[in-house]
Amino acid sequence: MRDVILSLSLRSIRIHFLRSVLAALGIVIGVVAISSMGMMGANMTLSVTEELSSMANNLVVRAYTGGAGFGGGPGGSGASGGGDEFITESEFREITKIAEKYGLVYGVQSESDRIEVGDRKGRATVYGLDDKVIPSIFSLSEGTFPKSTSSVVIGPTLASRYSLKTGSRIDIGDPDKGGTTTVRVVGILEERGMSMDVNSDSAIIANQKLFNGIYGREGEYNQVNVILSDINDTQKVKSAILEKMNRKEETVTIQDSSRMLESITSTLSTMTTFVMAIAGISLLVAATSIFNVMMMSVTERVREIGIMRSIGTQKSEIRKMFIYESVILGVIGATIGAILSLAIGWVVVLAMVGSTDYFFSPPSLVYIPSAMLVGIVICVISGVYPAWRASSLDPIEALRAE
Amino acid sequence: MVEKRLIELVEVTRVYPLPSGDVVALDRVSLTIHEGEFVAIMGPSGSGKSTLLNQLGCLDRPTSGDLFIRGKNTREMNDRELTGLRLNTIGYIFQRFNLIPLLTAYENVEYPYLMKHREPDYTGRVDSLLGMVGIDPPMAAHKPPELSGGQQQRVAIARALVNDPALILCDEPTGNLDSVTGRQIMEMLAELHRKGRTILMVTHDAEVAGFAERTIVMKDGRVI
Repeated sequence: MRDVILSLSLRSIRIHFLRSVLAALGIVIGVVAISSMGMMGANMTLSVTEELSSMANNLVVRAYTGGAGFGGGPGGSGASGGGDEFITESEFREITKIAEKYGLVYGVQSESDRIEVGDRKGRATVYGLDDKVIPSIFSLSEGTFPKSTSSVVIGPTLASRYSLKTGSRIDIGDPDKGGTTTVRVVGILEERGMSMDVNSDSAIIANQKLFNGIYGREGEYNQVNVILSDINDTQKVKSAILEKMNRKEETVTIQDSSRMLESITSTLSTMTTFVMAIAGISLLVAATSIFNVMMMSVTERVREIGIMRSIGTQKSEIRKMFIYESVILGVIGATIGAILSLAIGWVVVLAMVGSTDYFFSPPSLVYIPSAMLVGIVICVISGVYPAWRASSLDPIEALRAE
Repeated sequence: MVEKRLIELVEVTRVYPLPSGDVVALDRVSLTIHEGEFVAIMGPSGSGKSTLLNQLGCLDRPTSGDLFIRGKNTREMNDRELTGLRLNTIGYIFQRFNLIPLLTAYENVEYPYLMKHREPDYTGRVDSLLGMVGIDPPMAAHKPPELSGGQQQRVAIARALVNDPALILCDEPTGNLDSVTGRQIMEMLAELHRKGRTILMVTHDAEVAGFAERTIVMKDGRVI
């Protein structure tokens, strides 16, 4: 069926082409602003998540120590000694069996001890790690990884505090309690920052043989770390380990960084919403201009409305005519806006995020139809009052208009 | 021959409240129009003829009194029903033609048809009406501003007839036309009357009123 009301709306838009274009332009700008801001936020979240997940893919398994949460970390020397504070060799093997197909599993031994460099005395954490694991979790800024039972690598903070270089010597241990061991620094690590697994920046990293040579703690791990290949396995691996290890009694606790990741992404999404709200102001301006154009259209067509009413057009049809007009403006504006959003959004994302790897991913592109919808809805809302005004005109008065 | 009452006004009064005092535009007018009549309403400006026509055209409601169309009291109708009456029962011909400027002549005639039937005219009614009033197809493709006054009024007559109304209301149908064109339009209306249409026409032109078979004269809101 041919809709004469729709064709009247279309003709009115065509006759007032420039005015209609300007009104639609407001919607174009609004849609572009909202969708490109939204896409920027989405792309930022996606790329930050990816960056973080390379750091946050760690599971740290520690021995259960009762209500104390995660004890048994560095500094667990002295009064300790209860086997419960460590993960035993057999437990380590069990964890390895569960988790090795999801990533790298390695045991960490650590002690806080007295050190002496020349005549300077202090304390540092000494880590004992598997020979093969050390190169795969650390990067060197100079030197090599330890190959013998007398060589170690050290963190950059420790190196600068004691002015240590490759080739420097460190005495580990208290001469009054069991004597000291002298080790040679063969490499200095790159800075790693705070981390849940191994805080290497101000620590001495030794291989297990050296560590056990000093402390005699064969098969006693302070923690077992799992580096997951896929961050999405976090919960699966975590619950698999907990189920197996804690079947009879609580023996281990597991810490993971998914919480941290969640809070960072939620902060980013709050930020995105805020930026989009600012962009939304441009749609408000667009709404005003659509409203203005519709009011002008009503004023201009008063007589036409009078004619239509007097020859038997229902109020609802007059309303429809103006709603159609604003919907058409909205759809045209939103469509052009959507097309432009692809180009402008791309530029914004490239400039603000620096990478458009995620530009065409669904969470990013979804902002285009959403912004279109918002634009069209705003047009319809702006058209409601003018349409109501038009339909409630008195036909006799309207017919008198020039 | 039993004359059927098409329109009956009973003591219809229309008062316009103005800050300077109420203006009584219609003062207890009672009037009956039968089917098939051709009635002219005459009177000087301000005598209430246009107000009366607006009442008959269901564009306005009486302040008091009743208007019956085919025995139904319009007082009991809502806006939707009155609009329906204007679409289906009444054909309006105006002094200023009042065609919709955005639509072509053809579309102007088709408009009430579309509003009523909700589908384009497949019956050829619009074409035959345009032919009857002397508007050929190329001319029917023009928009009203491109047509002369006489042509516009012919289109308006075709439009008024398209839904086969029981009553045709004319408000100074020749008021904006030269005398030759005006005469042609009046002959067209007289022809419609001869074919059985009920026509009610407001005019202040005695010559035009001469085409009608009955003349009602109004003064100061009353029929005299």
